Amino acid sequence: MKIVLVDYGAGNLRSVCSALERAGAKAIVSPEPQAVREADLAVIAGVGHLAACAEGLEREGLAQALRERVEGARPLLGICVGLQMLFEQSEEGGIGLGFFRGPVVRLQARRVPHMGWNTLSVRGKPRIMEGLDGEDVYFAHSFTARPIEELPGAEVDHGGPVVAAVERGALAGVQFHPERSGKAGARLLKNVIAWSRSA
Amino acid sequence: MVKKRLIPCLDVTKGRVVKGVRFVELRDIGDPVEMATLYSEYGADELVFLDITATVFGHDPIVELVERAAVELEIPFTVGGGVSTLEHARRLLRLGADKVAVNRAAVERPELLTELAEEFGSQAVVCAIDSKKVGPGAGEVVTHGARRPRGLDTVEWACEVVSRGAGEIMLTSIDADGTREGYDLEITGLVCEAVTVPVIASGGAGTVKHLAEAFEVGAEAALVASIVHEAPERIPDIKRELEEAGWPIRI
Repeated sequence: MKIVLVDYGAGNLRSVCSALERAGAKAIVSPEPQAVREADLAVIAGVGHLAACAEGLEREGLAQALRERVEGARPLLGICVGLQMLFEQSEEGGIGLGFFRGPVVRLQARRVPHMGWNTLSVRGKPRIMEGLDGEDVYFAHSFTARPIEELPGAEVDHGGPVVAAVERGALAGVQFHPERSGKAGARLLKNVIAWSRSA
Repeated sequence: MVKKRLIPCLDVTKGRVVKGVRFVELRDIGDPVEMATLYSEYGADELVFLDITATVFGHDPIVELVERAAVELEIPFTVGGGVSTLEHARRLLRLGADKVAVNRAAVERPELLTELAEEFGSQAVVCAIDSKKVGPGAGEVVTHGARRPRGLDTVEWACEVVSRGAGEIMLTSIDADGTREGYDLEITGLVCEAVTVPVIASGGAGTVKHLAEAFEVGAEAALVASIVHEAPERIPDIKRELEEAGWPIRI
């Protein structure tokens, strides 16, 4: 199985790469749209501002490759800002890919960034979240996606419900960092690998 | 609800973890990534590597450490100590550090915080503040291993670094550091109240009760050193005790 981490110039992807390896899959980091088209699973990870990330994807022709994947129902996972990029307009500037409907807004809580381990409440029957209801995973973000439609996934509480995961068909995203979430993070990645094999 | 965090701090020099009281009598106690992995297995929530040598940018062993930690660790880690320039911080983050802690460089050039936040997001930018007590409820920011007072009020500086882009504050009371008599709850409480970002209490942890006291005044996380270096196997007990005391803790 071929996994491609989409390299659009947004920092370090090796941590995610090695976490995928620990979960039993081999991943490569690539800036090539063709590699993104061909992979069995494409992963968008990254940190920082959505605007810069979205710009990086458009500039390199990667956004088009990702759109084609989604149109063809081929597995795509967004991690952290990668999840936010699956949505639409962001309050911090920039427009996401719009695969899910809804904006990206600043978190409203006593402490922002939302930083640390928080407990997942799974909603619906998302395949990537199997066995993860009630588990703690690591978050580090100031913005959050606000889906318009109800999607299978997971939430955590930080000054109200915050989207932790979403899944629809072959398209999924997690706001937390599986590569830094211990055993629960490893479980998520194993689930993702199994899901992308059959999605 | 987000959990309270227990964060072991590893002082590193020339690629090795060392232990000493107030920077004297340094003793080699192990390999940083091996120790970090052990702490992670025992349940540490996050780690801080603090490079206590004044490193020169260009060739420093902390880079190798970050590369290894990034691929081997399953929990987040922060790198601090001697992060002097934008290039240096950028390099550590690009190599896979989850956050960088900036201390003196932020005092000397606060724009650094903004530049880092714009490029990597606030969640990757920790501002370390060393504070010395100068009166009731008053702290002054110090640098250079506490030798140099900077004429900045600790609470005011904390507010400024947040407005400049810091996403977390690691507040060390220089007076309490190394005493094991508990965090300086007064200044910790004042900073927690004044800012909107998470605050990591640092300096003085000796018992589980001290950690609970820091949470009580509003800290989101407690930095620990001696109490875990001496007996890492106690981490699960420490966390269990905090949980029994009613704190949200990851078990």
